[in-house]
Amino acid sequence: MADTTNGGEPKVGVYICDCGSNIAGKVNVPEVVEYAATLPYVTVAREYKYMCSDPGQELIQKDIKELGLNRVVVAACSPTMHEPTFRKAVADAGLNQFLFQMANIREHDSWVTEDPVEATEKAKHIVRAAVARVPYQVPLESIVVPMNANVLVVGGGIAGIEAALKLAQAGHHVTVVERSPSIGGHMAQFDKTFPTLDCSACILTPKMSALGKHPNIDLLAYSEVVEVDGYVGNFKVKVRKQPRYVDIDKCTGCAACTEVCVVAKVPNEFNEGLDNRRAAYIPFPQAVPLKATIDPQKCLYLTRGKCKQTCVGACGPEAIDFEQKEEFVDLEVGAIIVATGFEMFDAGREARYGYGRLDDVITSLEFERISNASGPTGGHILCKNGEKPRSVAILHCVGSRDENYNEYCSRVCCMYSLKFSHLIKEHIPEAEVYQCYIDMRCFGKNYEEFYKRLMNEGVTFVRGRAAEVMAAPKDNPDGRLLVTVEDTLLGVVRNLPVDMVILSSALESQAGAKELSQTFGFGCGSAGFFIERHPKLEPVSTITDGIFIAGCCQGPKDIPDSVAQAGAAAAGALALVDNETVSIEPTISYIDPERCSGCHICVGLCPHNAIQYNEELDAAQVIEAACKGCGVCVSACGSNVPEQRGFTDDQIFAEIEGALA
Amino acid sequence: MKYSYFPGCSAEATGKAYDVSARAVCAKLGIELEELEDWNCCGATSYFSARELLSFAISARNLALAEASGASDLIATCNSCYTVLAKTNKYMSLSPELATEVNEALAQVGRSYKGTVKVRHLAEVLVTDYGLEALAEKVTRRLTGIKVAPYYGCQFTRPMGGDWDDFEFPVTLDKLFEAMGATIVDFPMKTKCCGGMMMLTNADAALKMCHDLLAAVEESGADVVVACCPLCEMNLEAYQPKVNAKYGTSFRIPVLYFTQLAGYALGCDPKDLAIDKQVVPCEAVLAAVPA
Repeated sequence: MADTTNGGEPKVGVYICDCGSNIAGKVNVPEVVEYAATLPYVTVAREYKYMCSDPGQELIQKDIKELGLNRVVVAACSPTMHEPTFRKAVADAGLNQFLFQMANIREHDSWVTEDPVEATEKAKHIVRAAVARVPYQVPLESIVVPMNANVLVVGGGIAGIEAALKLAQAGHHVTVVERSPSIGGHMAQFDKTFPTLDCSACILTPKMSALGKHPNIDLLAYSEVVEVDGYVGNFKVKVRKQPRYVDIDKCTGCAACTEVCVVAKVPNEFNEGLDNRRAAYIPFPQAVPLKATIDPQKCLYLTRGKCKQTCVGACGPEAIDFEQKEEFVDLEVGAIIVATGFEMFDAGREARYGYGRLDDVITSLEFERISNASGPTGGHILCKNGEKPRSVAILHCVGSRDENYNEYCSRVCCMYSLKFSHLIKEHIPEAEVYQCYIDMRCFGKNYEEFYKRLMNEGVTFVRGRAAEVMAAPKDNPDGRLLVTVEDTLLGVVRNLPVDMVILSSALESQAGAKELSQTFGFGCGSAGFFIERHPKLEPVSTITDGIFIAGCCQGPKDIPDSVAQAGAAAAGALALVDNETVSIEPTISYIDPERCSGCHICVGLCPHNAIQYNEELDAAQVIEAACKGCGVCVSACGSNVPEQRGFTDDQIFAEIEGALA
Repeated sequence: MKYSYFPGCSAEATGKAYDVSARAVCAKLGIELEELEDWNCCGATSYFSARELLSFAISARNLALAEASGASDLIATCNSCYTVLAKTNKYMSLSPELATEVNEALAQVGRSYKGTVKVRHLAEVLVTDYGLEALAEKVTRRLTGIKVAPYYGCQFTRPMGGDWDDFEFPVTLDKLFEAMGATIVDFPMKTKCCGGMMMLTNADAALKMCHDLLAAVEESGADVVVACCPLCEMNLEAYQPKVNAKYGTSFRIPVLYFTQLAGYALGCDPKDLAIDKQVVPCEAVLAAVPA
């Protein structure tokens, strides 16, 4: 018989929700209530319009107290929606929350069944299944584990920086791990930001500086996370610090070594390869930390062992150390925020636009550097031949909104294309500027107004996605490139002669995103970006408790949205780390040491590394806080020893019999 | 390897030089070409717009013949033949309904097509199957210093291209002639249409298109244009006088089938390449090839 460790015979209360018309509009609820009342051990069966409301919950609580119910079934929506609601209601009435079972007659029935008669029948089966299993449920207590107050932020772009600062200000110790030699991310490369036209570095560097100086923040730049273990409140993270071959305690960032290094032709990543840096380099003058790095792939001494080492000679503090080795650091944190950003679409894949083949066809990020005063051209917008372009065409949706590459819209390109138009007109007032667009997506605050402004600045908007870019015939007096585009508003095909073409390219997930997501324990969507727990309501949480995502690694977005998500992720992390402890669901595996033979099969199979072999007991033992209740050990054990609380054999078989009856 | 060869209607008339030179090149390279027995027109005409199902059936008859002969690859030399045969092949494989209807029609003449044949363009076969290195080794008259403008026309890769070349910016002929020692000029119009059959129905439009192409060739500094389609070759070459008459230009640009120039590089006798059939004299180009 059912093990009713709450004493006595099971007394089940069944509550069937109308959910307005969501359920009652398809299922004959009174009929199901009448049926439920006839089921074994059912003391009372009721219908209510909205069970999740206060009166609905009070209905249950009243019955528990007055009728002495010791089991509750609510037939309504999905447990993902309201299981926590009803568990709490039941617990508040003095009944253990795990003596409650939810039956889904909305997502599993009324919303997916055409015929009302069939839907009603199905509801009866679903309710019967829940009523059959609930007497076998026993009280369980949540597991309470201590919460480590420290937080790890992975990624030092604007989102990572913002999250770290918020957490540090809240009094928590934050470790920031950044892969590049400096924080700042892509925002450090931009010239001006839309729609205010603030200088990007001017608004970013104060935050970078604050991060570098904050007593609560430990910055591990030029480092990567290699391993993540543990669970919410107790993550163990291994970080690899790459050797800079420069002692950062001695280096003052004076850049003397970068001026004398003999290897002078390394493509400068910060300037998108438009100019060169040395093997000994500082990525940009406002770098945080302001320390030199020696590129191990390009340094003559490190690759060939032969160099006159002018850098060593130039370094006053004697900070150069070619013997430096990689270091591993072990961190213990309670929560992790992943803010690893995006990378640009490789425009060379779109052969029709001639990127990489034709001079002066450039990407948006390259244009940011050309327009930027600290860039390779000193802020002068120039063609490869050193002359100012007479006209520029900005092509939208390169690699975005495209079945051949990425179907999604990259969200920021319409706005930065407008920004580019303005910058070009500002630098070269007499230049002709064309925008070849499909739609103008100006969704944010002051964005539409910015679009209006650009229309008044004399920019020509051509509604059509550019078909191709060709070298113009040499005798063409107006441009060295020809952009062929169908102007769909005029209904003609135009060949625009221009001197420069800017490709507004897609923002994509980073190349190593899939591997990174596996390290942390969440997934990537079909577009390659990290998956949030819920697209509407939980944009910064992931399926792994305690791990959050923020910024463009979750999907393309502008700076305000990245900053907002960073704040949200910090709040999510604070909600955890501000507490001393965290509660873990007890619906996990339990291995009876008396029955376990110690064969080790389950130890190797557990995907969460939550089972260890206990030598003293000669039995496998579950690490409660690490177990996710996936059930692999339960199905693998040849002796049927592991029991999954909340999903015992008795409970499952009863549920099956109830469903099939 | 043995290939089934689909010459196409032009090969018997205005495109004779293409057929002759293609056979010569394959013979030189040891590629066995077996002409498809009893082949019929591929259907690359406007009839497709009038009677689509019938056109597919007529086209598919060739595929059925090739399959029945035991061939796995059917080679076309004309861009249009290639496109229509490949399209028929692909559509039948994507649409069971079309395949059923076409096979019902073929059954009336005791034939059927199960979809086992691959349709390929000769240029692609040379580069993919024979290989650039092997081709380079067989060259006896390296085309050093000859500036070649490869002209693909509009149908070489669009729409029936594949992984073997970029749809928008193909380089198959570029690579082929580079391997033979030639210098490939920058020719941005290489996939622009020559006007095709419009030379007969709307000569003004086609002549304009050919004029623009020839002007681009002239600007590129090419010594010779190589084409891979009989219609392209004829429009660009045979109609040069008409272009000149209409626009007052004086183009005299040699246009050869790619198999003619390739055959010459591989050591074939010019007489076997039907080079004497050219409208615009090309002796100068051949003479410029180092001995």
